[in-house]
Amino acid sequence: MSIGLTVNGRDVALNADPVTPLLDVLRNYLDLKGTRYGCGLEQCGTCMVLIDGEAAYSCAREIGSVAGCSVVTIEGLGTPQHPHRLQTAFLEEQAGQCGYCLSGIIISAKALLDRNPAPSRADIVAALDKHLCRCGTHTRIIAAVQKAALMGEVA
Amino acid sequence: MSDTLPLSIVNNRRMDKWLGFQPDRTVRLAVGKVEIGQGVLTALSQIAAEELDVAIGRIDILSGDTADAPDEGSTSSSQSIEVSGRSVRLVSAELRTRVIGRLAQRLNCAPEDLSVEDGVFLQDGNPTGHDYWSFAAPEDFAAAIEGSAVPKPFASYRVVGQPVPRRDLIAKVSGAAFIHDIVRSDMLHARALRQPSRGARLQALDEAAIRRAAGGAIQIVRVGDFVAFVGADETVVQRAAVAAPVHAVWTGVRELTPLQQEAAWFRDQPSDDRFIGDPGPPSEVGMVVSETYSRPFVAHAALAPSCGLAEYRDGHLSVWSHTQGVYPLRNALADILGLQRDQVTVRHAHGAGCYGHNGADDAALDAAIIALQVPDRCIRVQWRREEEFGYEPVSTAHMTRLRAALDDNGRPVDWTAEVWAGSHVQRPVFGGVMLAHEALPNPPPPAKANDPTEANGGGGTRNGFPMYDFPAKRVIHHLALQTPVRTSSLRGLGALPNVYALECFMDELAERAGIDPVEYRLSLLSDPRARHLIENVAARCDWASRWPVGTGRGLGLAWSRYKNKAAYACVAVELDVDQDVRLRRVWCAADAGLVINPDGARNQLEGGIVHAASMTLKEQVTLDGDGITSLDWASYPIMKFSEVPEIDVEIVARPELPTLGMGECTFGPTAAAIGNAVAHALGVRIRDMPLTRERIAAALVR
Ligand code: FES
Ligand code: FES
Repeated sequence: MSIGLTVNGRDVALNADPVTPLLDVLRNYLDLKGTRYGCGLEQCGTCMVLIDGEAAYSCAREIGSVAGCSVVTIEGLGTPQHPHRLQTAFLEEQAGQCGYCLSGIIISAKALLDRNPAPSRADIVAALDKHLCRCGTHTRIIAAVQKAALMGEVA
Repeated sequence: MSDTLPLSIVNNRRMDKWLGFQPDRTVRLAVGKVEIGQGVLTALSQIAAEELDVAIGRIDILSGDTADAPDEGSTSSSQSIEVSGRSVRLVSAELRTRVIGRLAQRLNCAPEDLSVEDGVFLQDGNPTGHDYWSFAAPEDFAAAIEGSAVPKPFASYRVVGQPVPRRDLIAKVSGAAFIHDIVRSDMLHARALRQPSRGARLQALDEAAIRRAAGGAIQIVRVGDFVAFVGADETVVQRAAVAAPVHAVWTGVRELTPLQQEAAWFRDQPSDDRFIGDPGPPSEVGMVVSETYSRPFVAHAALAPSCGLAEYRDGHLSVWSHTQGVYPLRNALADILGLQRDQVTVRHAHGAGCYGHNGADDAALDAAIIALQVPDRCIRVQWRREEEFGYEPVSTAHMTRLRAALDDNGRPVDWTAEVWAGSHVQRPVFGGVMLAHEALPNPPPPAKANDPTEANGGGGTRNGFPMYDFPAKRVIHHLALQTPVRTSSLRGLGALPNVYALECFMDELAERAGIDPVEYRLSLLSDPRARHLIENVAARCDWASRWPVGTGRGLGLAWSRYKNKAAYACVAVELDVDQDVRLRRVWCAADAGLVINPDGARNQLEGGIVHAASMTLKEQVTLDGDGITSLDWASYPIMKFSEVPEIDVEIVARPELPTLGMGECTFGPTAAAIGNAVAHALGVRIRDMPLTRERIAAALVR
């Protein structure tokens, strides 16, 4: 059975078992490695993607349940050549140590800025609270999201 | 000269092991240390760019590769910049001196007349028509490194000391960046069925049931009691691994008890005992006080479960790993698998920050075992979350009892630290046992209890000796011969529990003497660098306005010099306690001598503060009869965004002094500052970490 959805603006038709996790489809069928496996339990946030504009875990989400949806991954935000302002802000703030948490966090930040272009610090903390970062980069990550919000105002 | 060379150079004497000029006008720099999220490769690139006088962007760094990079052991204990940095500086200075020396002969001028501007040679400021890429010759690279060139004086630094951004971050915010993301042609996915414990034997395995659960094609690989599921579809292989444990029957599984999850359990275990420091028994003269502090087993809890790739082709085994030491891993793999060392290549690929020896090496061994059974394919092993929590080597529980004999002014004249802990380091190179090796037909003997020597900073004894001016100090170390679960290195080894004990006890002694804790410390401390940091932090946190105890809000301070020889850090913490501890603000000052990359250093200092706070307030590996029960992020919580305080870090500049490793220096002081602040807030002391809601409630009814 073929499952149709939009990924990063492209229509894709997949021959996949409908119970396959969206995360596996992104990583292994579509070679989008920026969405990361951390727990498979919806507890850490490394697998976060946008589904119809909302930040959502992809690790336990069955592909069959997103048929017809629009999915955006970190690769859909920007590239090293043409980074999204969030990616630019994270680089400018050097907001990362190992970096494993970052792609998921940037996705949640994108969902936040889309619905609230001028978030307070508390808004940012609330939006990111489902994400873990073992390296303790939290302070810089918050600063990077604040910076990206400001870049959006002038853009 | 060579006896003063850093070990990294002694083991890798040829210049071309380290440096090369490449046709695209870049400089190849090969190092043995690996990037584990600490920005080390950026810092090492800065040092090479500085000494060679080339733009930082020209440095093309290769790290952690047993085929092409030097052997520098493991990346650990804040040693990367101290040791590898010194090597890169000497090597780069020497290459520059050699090439300039030959050019001076050619141009018939003095070497001092020549300078280098981004790799281009100038004579008295004018172009010579020569640069590194055109003029460097094979003879510059073939000769042994002597270490005789004089590096630049710090006052002329242009790249070192600057906040150079990390080049690896861009991939990490945009797509594939990690070992987990490597795709090779013909790659097969694999998952292991874990032997529940050492010595357990697989009695029966219902392969048909596992295949049904997988719902797709898998190959089941069995070697002794090691079992793995292999196939082209990762989802199918994962389902097999999730289903497998209930379809496996084991005998000889060791039983644990929840008692073993507490540090106090070690007190009654057989141990290897050592006495270090002042001879003679602890003094009984005067007022003698004693308290006991502990930290439980804690996990590395990297955000990514471990991953390893291996392929066996034409008699050669190629392995990719996020190990901290590619050479030690290569040697261990060759020994376990019965291969010659030159039949094995290990390459480093980035993993998630784990700050110690986690499952990385074990996942590589899993992949290698499977690759030998399924040759000519790349085998990718991805550990599952519960596998990482359940089977990685954890950091040992650790108990420290302090005992001080006091003079009439309440100051210690005789000090004893007594430590009970398991091994703090069990890397394969250090007598440790790799996980799957225990399931193979010829399992190794149990790991021997082992710990780093005092010269290497100790393990259980790390920071056990106070740097205060006490007339007599000693450490008694009870290294347990056995641990209930595998243990190995995690950020700072024994430093966090020992500094927690020491700096909490100092507050308790100050209170007993009726003296302000900062004043008390300063009255017992002559090290000027330490004094400076304490005064700096006390001023910034307005220590002078500290309020009475027991208000629910606390301010605490602590300091240490990591390993008593690396970087210094002082930390103050302000927090509130109601049911839980809520951190409000953290102030930190650090002194690490010459700082290569201040921005990277700040990142590590802050990260260490959050990591230590998380460990102090929340973290404990729990056990029951079957083994580790803290197998997910709900049962092993770590600090969240909403719990992280405001952090204000200041680096005290000492560019004239040697660089000191700083990755771990905030770790112990943060834990102890929290302990002291909680005691200040509550008016009662909690000596056992983590400082959870239950511990606070128990302390208040005590
Ligand atoms: S991998 Fe999805 S939340 Fe952890
Ligand atoms: S930077 Fe390592 S987990 Fe966040």
